[in-house]
Amino acid sequence: MRIVIDAEKCTGCEACISSCPFGAIEMKDGKAVINDFCSVCKSCIDVCPAGAISEVADGDAFTPDMDLSHYKDVWIFAEQRHGKIAGVAYELLGIGRQLADERKSALCAVLFGADEHEAQELIRWGADKVYHAKDAIFDAFNDEPYSQMMIRLIEEHKPEIVLAGATAIGRSFIPRVAGRIKTGLTADCTQLQIDPESGNLMQIRPAFGGNIMATILCPNYRPQMATVRPRVMKRGEYDAVRTGEIIPVKTDGLTCRTKVLSSVCEDGTCKINLQDAEIIVSGGRGLGDPKGFELIRELAELIGGVVGSSRAAVDEGWIPYRHQVGQTGKTVCPKVYIACGISGAVQHLVGMSSSDIIIAINKNPDAPIFNVATYGIVGDLYEVLPMLIKKIKEAKG
Amino acid sequence: MQIVVCIKQVPDTAEVRINPETNTLIREGVPSIINPYDVHAIEAALQIREQTGGKVIVITMGPPQAEEALREAIAMGADDVRLISDRMFAGSDTWATSYTLFKAIQKIGADIILCGKQAIDGDTAQVGPNIAEYLNIPHIAYIKKIEDVTGTSMRVQRLMDDGYDVIETPLPVLLTVVKELNVPRLPSLKGKMAAKKAVIPRMTAQDIEAEEQNVGLKGSPTQVKNIFAPQAKGDRKVLEGSLEQQVDTLVAELRRLQCV
Repeated sequence: MRIVIDAEKCTGCEACISSCPFGAIEMKDGKAVINDFCSVCKSCIDVCPAGAISEVADGDAFTPDMDLSHYKDVWIFAEQRHGKIAGVAYELLGIGRQLADERKSALCAVLFGADEHEAQELIRWGADKVYHAKDAIFDAFNDEPYSQMMIRLIEEHKPEIVLAGATAIGRSFIPRVAGRIKTGLTADCTQLQIDPESGNLMQIRPAFGGNIMATILCPNYRPQMATVRPRVMKRGEYDAVRTGEIIPVKTDGLTCRTKVLSSVCEDGTCKINLQDAEIIVSGGRGLGDPKGFELIRELAELIGGVVGSSRAAVDEGWIPYRHQVGQTGKTVCPKVYIACGISGAVQHLVGMSSSDIIIAINKNPDAPIFNVATYGIVGDLYEVLPMLIKKIKEAKG
Repeated sequence: MQIVVCIKQVPDTAEVRINPETNTLIREGVPSIINPYDVHAIEAALQIREQTGGKVIVITMGPPQAEEALREAIAMGADDVRLISDRMFAGSDTWATSYTLFKAIQKIGADIILCGKQAIDGDTAQVGPNIAEYLNIPHIAYIKKIEDVTGTSMRVQRLMDDGYDVIETPLPVLLTVVKELNVPRLPSLKGKMAAKKAVIPRMTAQDIEAEEQNVGLKGSPTQVKNIFAPQAKGDRKVLEGSLEQQVDTLVAELRRLQCV
């Protein structure tokens, strides 16, 4: 497929140029032309008032020789660290269950390492089957044996959909798996749906630095693979008496060239657990100064919250990266999120907009953060925050 | 020691804004930059070269304009560059991009390959590990410290969600790096002069012997179905009254939520 602009019809109005998220349309001799950046997203087609833009199929389009009907079931990769299954696995089972029910297929979890008890937990959280590969090679995380095992299982059982957490582990080895199998992989999906017509998985994710959302399809290859960030999907129902099948998997012949010499867990003093926090107070570029975080910290401590930040504040060097909320930082879902001096770029919003209550304090009444805020105060945060801190102190007595 | 750094020219997405009326991206005046994480990868390569000797080759896949990014790499101190460019590569997703870079690296040869952890326009973090899979070499993602490099092995710290791992790997290896790894140097005057004069060598699909069915749109398993502006929740409750009254309302609400 490719996009063509009919030079006869093009009036040179330039409407298409701003519609293109990839900067793939430029003006040449008063006519719009498509350049190499085009990703065939089709955003420009409907924008053109002259109907000059259309999509054409290349005559020699390549269709893989793949019988898609052999692929069935929804798989989720259940990652474990130090023998304990990560929370994201249960969230994947939540969305995986919905997709499997819609496709009228089974929901299977894939577990490398950990024990039988952990495998059982996956069933109670919604899995029908667990492929369990138990081997000391999985105790520490090394990309090679993880990818080899996953590739082998996919080739043998042919799942239709494979989901994994967009974590340090998932984002590292899953691309190797998709690369070897030759199938599509969509990172950091925020929504997953089945297209009712084609049965394909519609993978929705922020694109272009999180400024827009894109729906991605993988129509001609299987499995359809996607990663999902922690705290984006909701867990399903826990059923303590649910039963399912645990299938032991052979692990012979796996190889590994890297060696984990030690694994260091950062202790409480420097670890801030944004993802588990119930209250987060975040600061952004509007603080104007690293000292602004002293106020943020004071408020956070006062109400039992932790300190977050926008990417802008991290890029300015005002606060370490581990505090960053947003597409390139952490996705959070606290009960209360207080955004101070954060304008609300989409890349930040995708990381926090599912918070229960959002309070925004910003000078600019048009800041996009107010569109997602439950309560908004338009004002100078250096006026609002000290007043808020004082009044909370009074209220606490 | 031959060190290859893969970089990407990206629009500075931090500068991109949405036009609230048309819901489209405002790209005007948005500068093209080297993906910020890749600048740290270049710096890491230069530091390894200073320690072990060898050659740093910076490569990028992109349209002819991406030449500018390679000039910046020369200005920082890269020994050599390659622009992997061909009309056939247009529309590549991460699979096709990984394949193309793999074919190029196979031609060039490398003991260490460095990439930024992800590009800020796509944020997928998929290309680095995928290249390593095709080259059939190990990779380690999210490197925050290089503890040791010898002619045959490396010891590095890899960032994990709950801390970090110390890992040893034989060469050749591919590493993706995070910003904590180093502070990139500024281009020197001599480097800038060299960058200005440099003729940028180009490699086409034919030069890297890429198979047509594996590159560009044809080689891309994923397709963009559509693109849309994110929807606002729109349940905003505007607080009324003077600033003090607004703050009072907020404190009352925080009390109700048992935060106070």
